[in-house]
Amino acid sequence: MSENSQRSALTEAVFYILLSLYSPLHGYGIMQNIKELSNGRVNLGPGTLYGAINTLLEKNWIELQDSDFRKKTYRITQLGKTVIQDELLRLEELLANGNRIAGRESK
Amino acid sequence: MKRVVWRCFIDYEREEGWLNKMSAQGLALTDYSWCRYVFAETTPHKYIYRMELLDNLATDPESSAYIRFLEENGIEHVASFQRWIYVRRESSQGDFDIYTDLESKLKHYKRVSALWNSLMVMEFSLGLINIAIALLIGAGLTTAFSFFHVNLIVGLVCTALGFGFLRLIEPINRKVKELEREREIRE
Repeated sequence: MSENSQRSALTEAVFYILLSLYSPLHGYGIMQNIKELSNGRVNLGPGTLYGAINTLLEKNWIELQDSDFRKKTYRITQLGKTVIQDELLRLEELLANGNRIAGRESK
Repeated sequence: MKRVVWRCFIDYEREEGWLNKMSAQGLALTDYSWCRYVFAETTPHKYIYRMELLDNLATDPESSAYIRFLEENGIEHVASFQRWIYVRRESSQGDFDIYTDLESKLKHYKRVSALWNSLMVMEFSLGLINIAIALLIGAGLTTAFSFFHVNLIVGLVCTALGFGFLRLIEPINRKVKELEREREIRE
Protein backbone atom coordinates (compact mmCIF):
# COMPACT_ATOMS: atom_id res chain seq x y z
CA MET A 1 0.00 0.00 0.00
CA SER A 2 1.29 3.43 -0.87
CA GLU A 3 2.32 5.54 2.09
CA ASN A 4 1.22 8.72 0.43
CA SER A 5 -2.45 7.83 0.41
CA GLN A 6 -3.54 11.45 0.03
CA ARG A 7 -2.14 11.40 -3.48
CA SER A 8 -4.17 8.50 -4.79
CA ALA A 9 -7.55 9.08 -6.37
CA LEU A 10 -10.77 9.13 -4.40
CA THR A 11 -13.66 7.08 -5.70
CA GLU A 12 -16.46 9.07 -7.27
CA ALA A 13 -18.79 8.02 -4.45
CA VAL A 14 -16.38 9.18 -1.73
CA PHE A 15 -15.65 12.46 -3.54
CA TYR A 16 -19.35 13.28 -3.81
CA ILE A 17 -20.14 12.13 -0.26
CA LEU A 18 -17.44 14.40 1.14
CA LEU A 19 -18.67 17.33 -0.99
CA SER A 20 -22.24 16.73 0.18
CA LEU A 21 -21.17 16.95 3.81
CA TYR A 22 -19.84 20.52 3.74
CA SER A 23 -23.26 21.12 5.23
CA PRO A 24 -24.61 18.42 7.60
CA LEU A 25 -26.85 15.82 5.99
CA HIS A 26 -28.34 12.41 6.70
CA GLY A 27 -27.99 9.40 4.42
CA TYR A 28 -31.05 10.10 2.30
CA GLY A 29 -29.99 13.73 1.93
CA ILE A 30 -26.57 12.62 0.71
CA MET A 31 -28.10 10.37 -1.95
CA GLN A 32 -30.46 13.14 -3.13
CA ASN A 33 -27.69 15.75 -3.12
CA ILE A 34 -25.36 13.58 -5.19
CA LYS A 35 -28.10 12.91 -7.71
CA GLU A 36 -28.70 16.65 -8.02
CA LEU A 37 -25.01 17.59 -8.21
CA SER A 38 -24.42 15.08 -11.00
CA ASN A 39 -27.63 15.95 -12.88
CA GLY A 40 -29.00 12.48 -12.22
CA ARG A 41 -25.93 10.64 -13.49
CA VAL A 42 -24.80 9.24 -10.12
CA ASN A 43 -27.51 7.32 -8.29
CA LEU A 44 -25.73 6.11 -5.16
CA GLY A 45 -27.02 2.84 -3.73
CA PRO A 46 -27.69 2.63 0.02
CA GLY A 47 -25.37 -0.38 0.46
CA THR A 48 -22.51 1.46 -1.19
CA LEU A 49 -23.26 4.58 0.86
CA TYR A 50 -23.37 2.63 4.14
CA GLY A 51 -19.97 1.04 3.52
CA ALA A 52 -18.45 4.37 2.52
CA ILE A 53 -19.87 6.24 5.54
CA ASN A 54 -18.44 3.66 7.95
CA THR A 55 -15.01 3.79 6.32
CA LEU A 56 -15.02 7.61 6.28
CA LEU A 57 -16.03 7.73 9.96
CA GLU A 58 -13.19 5.34 10.80
CA LYS A 59 -10.72 7.48 8.86
CA ASN A 60 -12.10 10.56 10.58
CA TRP A 61 -12.81 12.29 7.27
CA ILE A 62 -16.41 12.78 8.40
CA GLU A 63 -18.07 12.80 11.81
CA LEU A 64 -21.44 12.18 13.34
CA GLN A 65 -23.11 15.52 13.87
CA ASP A 66 -26.38 14.54 15.41
CA SER A 67 -28.68 11.62 15.77
CA ASP A 68 -31.96 13.21 16.78
CA PHE A 69 -35.29 12.02 15.40
CA ARG A 70 -33.59 8.64 14.90
CA LYS A 71 -31.83 10.02 11.84
CA LYS A 72 -28.06 10.30 11.96
CA THR A 73 -26.57 13.35 10.32
CA TYR A 74 -22.93 13.61 9.34
CA ARG A 75 -20.55 16.41 8.39
CA ILE A 76 -17.08 16.67 6.92
CA THR A 77 -14.08 17.13 9.26
CA GLN A 78 -11.06 19.38 8.80
CA LEU A 79 -9.10 16.32 7.68
CA GLY A 80 -11.80 15.53 5.14
CA LYS A 81 -11.58 19.05 3.76
CA THR A 82 -7.81 18.68 3.33
CA VAL A 83 -8.40 15.45 1.42
CA ILE A 84 -10.84 17.27 -0.90
CA GLN A 85 -8.37 20.11 -1.48
CA ASP A 86 -5.65 17.62 -2.42
CA GLU A 87 -8.03 15.80 -4.72
CA LEU A 88 -9.00 19.06 -6.43
CA LEU A 89 -5.32 19.74 -7.17
CA ARG A 90 -4.96 16.27 -8.65
CA LEU A 91 -8.11 16.66 -10.73
CA GLU A 92 -6.98 20.09 -11.97
CA GLU A 93 -3.75 18.52 -13.14
CA LEU A 94 -5.67 15.77 -14.98
CA LEU A 95 -8.04 18.27 -16.53
CA ALA A 96 -5.26 20.65 -17.60
CA ASN A 97 -3.26 17.85 -19.21
CA GLY A 98 -6.35 16.35 -20.77
CA ASN A 99 -7.41 19.65 -22.27
CA ARG A 100 -3.90 20.45 -23.47
CA ILE A 101 -3.37 17.14 -25.26
CA ALA A 102 -6.83 15.92 -26.20
CA GLY A 103 -8.89 19.01 -25.54
CA ARG A 104 -11.83 20.16 -27.55
CA GLU A 105 -9.99 23.16 -28.95
CA SER A 106 -7.34 21.03 -30.67
CA LYS A 107 -9.86 18.43 -31.79
CA MET B 1 -56.17 -8.76 -0.30
CA LYS B 2 -53.53 -11.23 0.75
CA ARG B 3 -52.21 -13.88 -1.55
CA VAL B 4 -49.88 -16.73 -0.62
CA VAL B 5 -47.65 -18.36 -3.22
CA TRP B 6 -45.42 -21.35 -2.56
CA ARG B 7 -42.32 -21.43 -4.68
CA CYS B 8 -38.70 -22.48 -4.24
CA PHE B 9 -35.76 -20.64 -5.74
CA ILE B 10 -32.10 -21.28 -5.31
CA ASP B 11 -30.99 -18.59 -7.74
CA TYR B 12 -31.55 -15.29 -5.94
CA GLU B 13 -31.29 -13.18 -9.08
CA ARG B 14 -34.14 -15.10 -10.67
CA GLU B 15 -36.07 -14.81 -7.42
CA GLU B 16 -35.54 -11.05 -7.39
CA GLY B 17 -36.65 -10.87 -11.02
CA TRP B 18 -39.79 -12.82 -10.20
CA LEU B 19 -40.62 -10.55 -7.25
CA ASN B 20 -40.33 -7.52 -9.50
CA LYS B 21 -42.52 -9.17 -12.11
CA MET B 22 -45.14 -9.83 -9.43
CA SER B 23 -44.83 -6.22 -8.30
CA ALA B 24 -45.37 -5.08 -11.90
CA GLN B 25 -48.63 -7.06 -11.82
CA GLY B 26 -49.74 -5.35 -8.62
CA LEU B 27 -48.64 -8.02 -6.15
CA ALA B 28 -46.24 -6.64 -3.59
CA LEU B 29 -44.27 -9.00 -1.35
CA THR B 30 -44.96 -8.44 2.34
CA ASP B 31 -43.46 -11.54 3.93
CA TYR B 32 -41.31 -14.54 3.18
CA SER B 33 -40.16 -17.69 4.92
CA TRP B 34 -39.25 -21.18 3.70
CA CYS B 35 -40.56 -20.94 0.11
CA ARG B 36 -43.73 -19.19 1.27
CA TYR B 37 -44.33 -15.79 -0.29
CA VAL B 38 -47.05 -13.50 0.99
CA PHE B 39 -48.21 -10.77 -1.37
CA ALA B 40 -50.55 -7.83 -0.92
CA GLU B 41 -52.44 -6.25 -3.79
CA THR B 42 -51.27 -2.78 -4.70
CA THR B 43 -51.12 -0.59 -7.75
CA PRO B 44 -48.92 -2.25 -10.38
CA HIS B 45 -45.24 -1.19 -10.53
CA LYS B 46 -45.44 0.51 -7.13
CA TYR B 47 -42.23 -0.99 -5.72
CA ILE B 48 -38.81 -2.11 -6.84
CA TYR B 49 -37.60 -5.13 -4.87
CA ARG B 50 -34.02 -6.07 -4.07
CA MET B 51 -32.47 -8.98 -2.22
CA GLU B 52 -29.21 -8.76 -0.37
CA LEU B 53 -27.02 -11.32 1.35
CA LEU B 54 -25.59 -9.90 4.57
CA ASP B 55 -22.36 -10.79 6.33
CA ASN B 56 -24.26 -12.00 9.36
CA LEU B 57 -27.68 -13.39 10.20
CA ALA B 58 -30.38 -10.76 9.74
CA THR B 59 -31.00 -10.82 13.50
CA ASP B 60 -27.37 -9.93 14.32
CA PRO B 61 -26.84 -6.44 15.85
CA GLU B 62 -24.60 -5.45 12.92
CA SER B 63 -27.33 -6.39 10.47
CA SER B 64 -29.93 -4.54 12.54
CA ALA B 65 -27.80 -1.39 12.39
CA TYR B 66 -27.64 -1.70 8.61
CA ILE B 67 -31.36 -2.40 8.27
CA ARG B 68 -32.07 0.63 10.46
CA PHE B 69 -29.89 2.71 8.14
CA LEU B 70 -31.86 1.49 5.13
CA GLU B 71 -35.17 2.31 6.80
CA GLU B 72 -33.95 5.78 7.74
CA ASN B 73 -33.23 6.32 4.08
CA GLY B 74 -36.57 5.53 2.57
CA ILE B 75 -36.09 1.80 2.02
CA GLU B 76 -38.55 -0.66 3.47
CA HIS B 77 -37.34 -3.89 5.00
CA VAL B 78 -39.95 -6.44 3.96
CA ALA B 79 -38.61 -9.77 5.19
CA SER B 80 -35.47 -11.59 6.25
CA PHE B 81 -34.47 -15.19 5.88
CA GLN B 82 -31.28 -16.34 7.56
CA ARG B 83 -28.65 -14.03 6.04
CA TRP B 84 -30.90 -12.73 3.26
CA ILE B 85 -32.97 -9.58 3.41
CA TYR B 86 -35.80 -8.52 1.11
CA VAL B 87 -36.16 -4.77 0.71
CA ARG B 88 -38.19 -2.46 -1.49
CA ARG B 89 -38.43 1.17 -2.46
CA GLU B 90 -41.21 2.99 -4.25
CA SER B 91 -40.40 3.10 -7.94
CA SER B 92 -41.54 6.74 -8.05
CA GLN B 93 -38.18 7.51 -6.40
CA GLY B 94 -36.29 6.30 -9.44
CA ASP B 95 -33.94 3.40 -10.10
CA PHE B 96 -33.05 1.38 -7.05
CA ASP B 97 -29.92 -0.68 -6.62
CA ILE B 98 -28.28 -1.46 -3.30
CA TYR B 99 -24.76 -1.44 -4.70
CA THR B 100 -23.74 1.01 -7.39
CA ASP B 101 -19.97 0.90 -7.65
CA LEU B 102 -17.59 -1.85 -8.76
CA GLU B 103 -16.02 -2.38 -5.37
CA SER B 104 -19.23 -2.90 -3.42
CA LYS B 105 -20.86 -4.99 -6.18
CA LEU B 106 -17.80 -7.21 -6.20
CA LYS B 107 -17.96 -7.62 -2.44
CA HIS B 108 -21.58 -8.73 -2.62
CA TYR B 109 -21.00 -11.23 -5.44
CA LYS B 110 -18.06 -12.69 -3.52
CA ARG B 111 -20.25 -13.10 -0.44
CA VAL B 112 -22.87 -14.95 -2.50
CA SER B 113 -20.24 -17.10 -4.17
CA ALA B 114 -18.77 -18.07 -0.78
CA LEU B 115 -22.22 -19.09 0.48
CA TRP B 116 -22.90 -21.26 -2.60
CA ASN B 117 -19.44 -22.77 -2.23
CA SER B 118 -19.97 -23.81 1.37
CA LEU B 119 -23.45 -25.20 0.59
CA MET B 120 -22.05 -27.12 -2.37
CA VAL B 121 -19.28 -28.70 -0.27
CA MET B 122 -21.83 -29.62 2.37
CA GLU B 123 -24.23 -31.24 -0.14
CA PHE B 124 -21.48 -33.16 -1.92
CA SER B 125 -20.08 -34.51 1.36
CA LEU B 126 -23.50 -35.55 2.62
CA GLY B 127 -24.23 -37.10 -0.77
CA LEU B 128 -21.02 -39.08 -0.93
CA ILE B 129 -21.25 -40.27 2.67
CA ASN B 130 -24.79 -41.53 2.12
CA ILE B 131 -23.96 -43.21 -1.17
CA ALA B 132 -20.92 -44.84 0.44
CA ILE B 133 -23.05 -46.17 3.29
CA ALA B 134 -25.62 -47.48 0.79
CA LEU B 135 -22.89 -49.24 -1.16
CA LEU B 136 -21.44 -50.80 1.99
CA ILE B 137 -24.87 -52.08 2.99
CA GLY B 138 -25.51 -53.25 -0.58
CA ALA B 139 -22.25 -55.16 -0.63
CA GLY B 140 -23.28 -56.85 2.60
CA LEU B 141 -20.29 -55.42 4.41
CA THR B 142 -22.42 -54.02 7.14
CA THR B 143 -25.83 -54.98 8.37
CA ALA B 144 -25.84 -52.67 11.32
CA PHE B 145 -28.43 -50.48 9.63
CA SER B 146 -30.57 -51.64 6.82
CA PHE B 147 -31.72 -48.34 5.41
CA PHE B 148 -30.18 -49.05 2.03
CA HIS B 149 -32.84 -47.20 0.07
CA VAL B 150 -32.98 -44.25 2.42
CA ASN B 151 -29.22 -43.74 2.24
CA LEU B 152 -29.21 -44.12 -1.50
CA ILE B 153 -32.04 -41.65 -2.06
CA VAL B 154 -30.65 -39.08 0.41
CA GLY B 155 -27.23 -39.53 -1.16
CA LEU B 156 -28.50 -38.95 -4.68
CA VAL B 157 -30.64 -35.95 -3.69
CA CYS B 158 -27.71 -34.32 -1.87
CA THR B 159 -25.38 -34.96 -4.78
CA ALA B 160 -27.91 -33.46 -7.19
CA LEU B 161 -28.20 -30.37 -4.96
CA GLY B 162 -24.40 -30.18 -4.94
CA PHE B 163 -24.42 -30.06 -8.74
CA GLY B 164 -27.19 -27.45 -8.54
CA PHE B 165 -24.99 -25.15 -6.45
CA LEU B 166 -22.04 -25.87 -8.73
CA ARG B 167 -24.10 -24.56 -11.65
CA LEU B 168 -25.08 -21.46 -9.66
CA ILE B 169 -21.50 -20.63 -8.75
CA GLU B 170 -20.30 -20.58 -12.33
CA PRO B 171 -22.10 -17.43 -13.56
CA ILE B 172 -21.38 -15.62 -10.29
CA ASN B 173 -17.67 -16.40 -10.54
CA ARG B 174 -17.72 -15.20 -14.13
CA LYS B 175 -19.20 -11.89 -12.95
CA VAL B 176 -16.59 -11.62 -10.21
CA LYS B 177 -13.81 -12.10 -12.74
CA GLU B 178 -15.33 -9.57 -15.13
CA LEU B 179 -15.68 -6.95 -12.38
CA GLU B 180 -12.14 -7.61 -11.18
CA ARG B 181 -10.76 -7.07 -14.66
CA GLU B 182 -12.86 -3.90 -14.99
CA ARG B 183 -11.54 -2.69 -11.64
CA GLU B 184 -8.00 -2.66 -12.99
CA ILE B 185 -8.92 0.20 -15.27
CA ARG B 186 -11.94 1.82 -13.63
CA GLU B 187 -13.35 2.33 -10.21
